[in-house]
Amino acid sequence: MKSINDRSQDIGPFVSQTDDAIIICRCEEITKGEIRQAIHDGMFTVNEIRRYLRAGMGLCQGQTCGKLVKNLIARELNVIPDQLDPATSRSPMRPVEMKVLGNEEVSHV
Amino acid sequence: MSKYNDVIIIGGGIIGNATAYYLAKKGLSVTVLEASKDIGIGGSSRNGGGVRQSGRDTRELPLAMWGIKNLWPGLSEELGVDVEYTQKGNLRLGKTAAHQKILQGLTDKAVSCGLDVRMINGDEIRAINPYLSDEVTCASWCPTDGHANPLTATLGYYKKARELGVRFITESPCFELRKIKGVIRQVVTPDAIYEADKVLVAAGFDSRKILATVGIDVPMMPLKMECLVTEAEPPMFLQMLGTADADFYGHQSKHGSFVFGGSSGFEHLNKDNGSPISSSIGASCTCRGIIKYFPALADAKIVRAWAGWLDDCADHVPVISPVEEVPGLYIACAFSGHGFGIAPAVGYNVAEMIADGHSTIDLSALRYDRFKPKQ
Repeated sequence: MKSINDRSQDIGPFVSQTDDAIIICRCEEITKGEIRQAIHDGMFTVNEIRRYLRAGMGLCQGQTCGKLVKNLIARELNVIPDQLDPATSRSPMRPVEMKVLGNEEVSHV
Repeated sequence: MSKYNDVIIIGGGIIGNATAYYLAKKGLSVTVLEASKDIGIGGSSRNGGGVRQSGRDTRELPLAMWGIKNLWPGLSEELGVDVEYTQKGNLRLGKTAAHQKILQGLTDKAVSCGLDVRMINGDEIRAINPYLSDEVTCASWCPTDGHANPLTATLGYYKKARELGVRFITESPCFELRKIKGVIRQVVTPDAIYEADKVLVAAGFDSRKILATVGIDVPMMPLKMECLVTEAEPPMFLQMLGTADADFYGHQSKHGSFVFGGSSGFEHLNKDNGSPISSSIGASCTCRGIIKYFPALADAKIVRAWAGWLDDCADHVPVISPVEEVPGLYIACAFSGHGFGIAPAVGYNVAEMIADGHSTIDLSALRYDRFKPKQ
């Protein structure tokens, strides 16, 4: 079993850092400190951080902060970032109005 | 590390996590085995967030009513995570006479169980939700229904259970259940064999192949569902919405985004074979449906779409049951797409069933051996 799969492993206490107030997810305004605290709450994957805090769930869908969140988890768990999966990518690529997305049918004139 | 526990739970979704939490509160040692890398990756995170009583089968309605009265109101405080529980009613909408008939039938059944739900007309509907189009002519209205955030509720139970000492192990799919001397004893995974006096299988659709290793079957099939999420909009309404046809449902979240589910009619013919991948037609089709109900949302932007699987039972009602044929084995699966709202109540009552041998709510109508062939 990979150590990362044992959610009860001791990753040490949460120690506040001077730059914890830095915003990591700009769309949802989630800070580094909030993300680090969530890791200590047991959120060990990028998907879990996303669902727990909304980091990466805003307008850009994590295209900006995804890698930063992954690196924060890796550092806190003391593993290499490659061991972690990125968050799931979802369509559409860019935000699209409902009236546009709902108008995809080809009209047969 | 010790591989022995009082209870092993297979499945780290909201049912498994909630049961683990309530068992840990009773002082039992619990390990939760999750097959995937993420906690709450299945239907627990892939649903519309409804916490409703109206529209439910009378066999599961007592669980829904009890949970809404006793657990949901204090859940954020209890878990230390905002589960965004909002109790502002459920409108189940109809446009035609056929819809009215479906809604009336559901309403009559719920009223007979003591639920405060009634039919209302178009004007009354638009007094509650002024954004609904004139096409909507009838609805059932249940003021004590509502919605919550499935993501934070699922992970909140996980966080709290973990704090109480529950062990969670991810990427540990169960290959086999094993009996020793006629009673359940071992759970076999790729890395280890775990032992316990009691085992709960709460693995969604995957429960079927796990239970098959001890000769038990729950008649259910996976059924795809797709949802879409808008960018944050100004607060518009707080009700949970559904339709008589069950073709569309959703709510506005605390964050401001709308979460809407719908169907294209091709869900049962999807090509993805088990992967929860959005189709190219699903979101577009749902958008057209939503705009007919909510013309004001035509300019709202969709930021993402997602898909998931229902573990759809033969009679569309869950199996929550001890298995007398395999002493020590318990089942909580086949929630058929409406498990989230009753999940806290299920976790609480299953924990009682496992620890005390009986539960607050009578679950005998949800037994695993209720399925009978045609006579």
